[in-house]
Amino acid sequence: MSRENVLVTTQWAEENLNTPGVVFVEVDEDTTAYDGGHIPGAVRIDWKNELQDPVRRDFVDKAGFEKLLSEKGISNDDLVILYGGNNNWFAAYAYWYFTLYGHKNVRLLDGGRKKWELDGRELTTEVPQRPQTSYVAQEQDTTYRAFRDEVIDAINSKNLVDVRSPDEFTGKLNAPAHLPQESSQRSGHIPSAINVPWAKAANEDGTFKSAEELKELYEEAGLDTSKDTIAYCRIGERSSHTWFALRELIGLENVKNYDGSWTEYGSLVGVPIETGEQ
Amino acid sequence: MSDGCGAPEQTATPSSTDTQGQVVVAGKVSTADGPLGGAYVRLLNSDGEFVGEVQASPEGDFRFYAASGEWTVRALHASGSGEASVRTDGAGLYEVPVTVG
Repeated sequence: MSRENVLVTTQWAEENLNTPGVVFVEVDEDTTAYDGGHIPGAVRIDWKNELQDPVRRDFVDKAGFEKLLSEKGISNDDLVILYGGNNNWFAAYAYWYFTLYGHKNVRLLDGGRKKWELDGRELTTEVPQRPQTSYVAQEQDTTYRAFRDEVIDAINSKNLVDVRSPDEFTGKLNAPAHLPQESSQRSGHIPSAINVPWAKAANEDGTFKSAEELKELYEEAGLDTSKDTIAYCRIGERSSHTWFALRELIGLENVKNYDGSWTEYGSLVGVPIETGEQ
Repeated sequence: MSDGCGAPEQTATPSSTDTQGQVVVAGKVSTADGPLGGAYVRLLNSDGEFVGEVQASPEGDFRFYAASGEWTVRALHASGSGEASVRTDGAGLYEVPVTVG
């Protein structure tokens, strides 16, 4: 897998803001960032209100995905460039959705919104109007999606990569350090999981490390590249970032994202949990 | 429980804030000319490992919920970077000003 096939640089992005067939999409949980200024021409997708099912704990279904992309003016043939805040967590989550629904031509903006801002590049508050399309999605391909029973079966047999912070992994914290701590789940990690925090896959400016650096990082942490791999975090977005690094940058074949992640696993009755360091 | 994991919008944390049993590391990013808005503020643990990141408010405010220990707060901005250290020991508000320049 070539980096150029899955990532674009901020420089490339700036040079292609007006290229026909290229659509920039900002994806965020906190959508006020887009209102305050976004990449010129970019449309917004609200991760919470547009990509999640409003009732069940699941993401938007095929028909919902088709409706959403049609309304946003995105065609099946468009090259979609996703970016967002939080080091592209939610953009990587969206990339994973686009992949599951079979969109062929999708890339992440390397470094996301942070790199764009640190570069001092232009932001605008102007909202583009794109004509509606008739987007057709494929049936959801769960090749890259892990569900809880598969995760439990993977203990001691597949690679489990916990990408949360060390303090969340050991059970010292229940949530990332920028959120109030909660107690609705048990603390700890899935037995046999290795802990490689998502941030280790990224440079300080939010860009991804090179494939060589990434391979070394995960192998040193104990990842066996001959085995299948499941990545998880708390709700599945930081692990989308790691899924992207493992699958799209290193090029490992069988990598799944467990979007149930710790908020599901840590609430299951009777499953094994480990605390402390691995 | 928060549905998402993204960093919430940052606001000022007055000195009188009741941290409700949490270890809160908060402060303001500034330059020699005054408050600096929009910097990316990273919390690093005693090993220098990344723990969390927020984007400071337009007034430069940021806030983390941490645990007891040694922490470094590092701010990145198009105009430069800066960092400051803090030691936390139990629940309470720990104020950390960070100067970028």
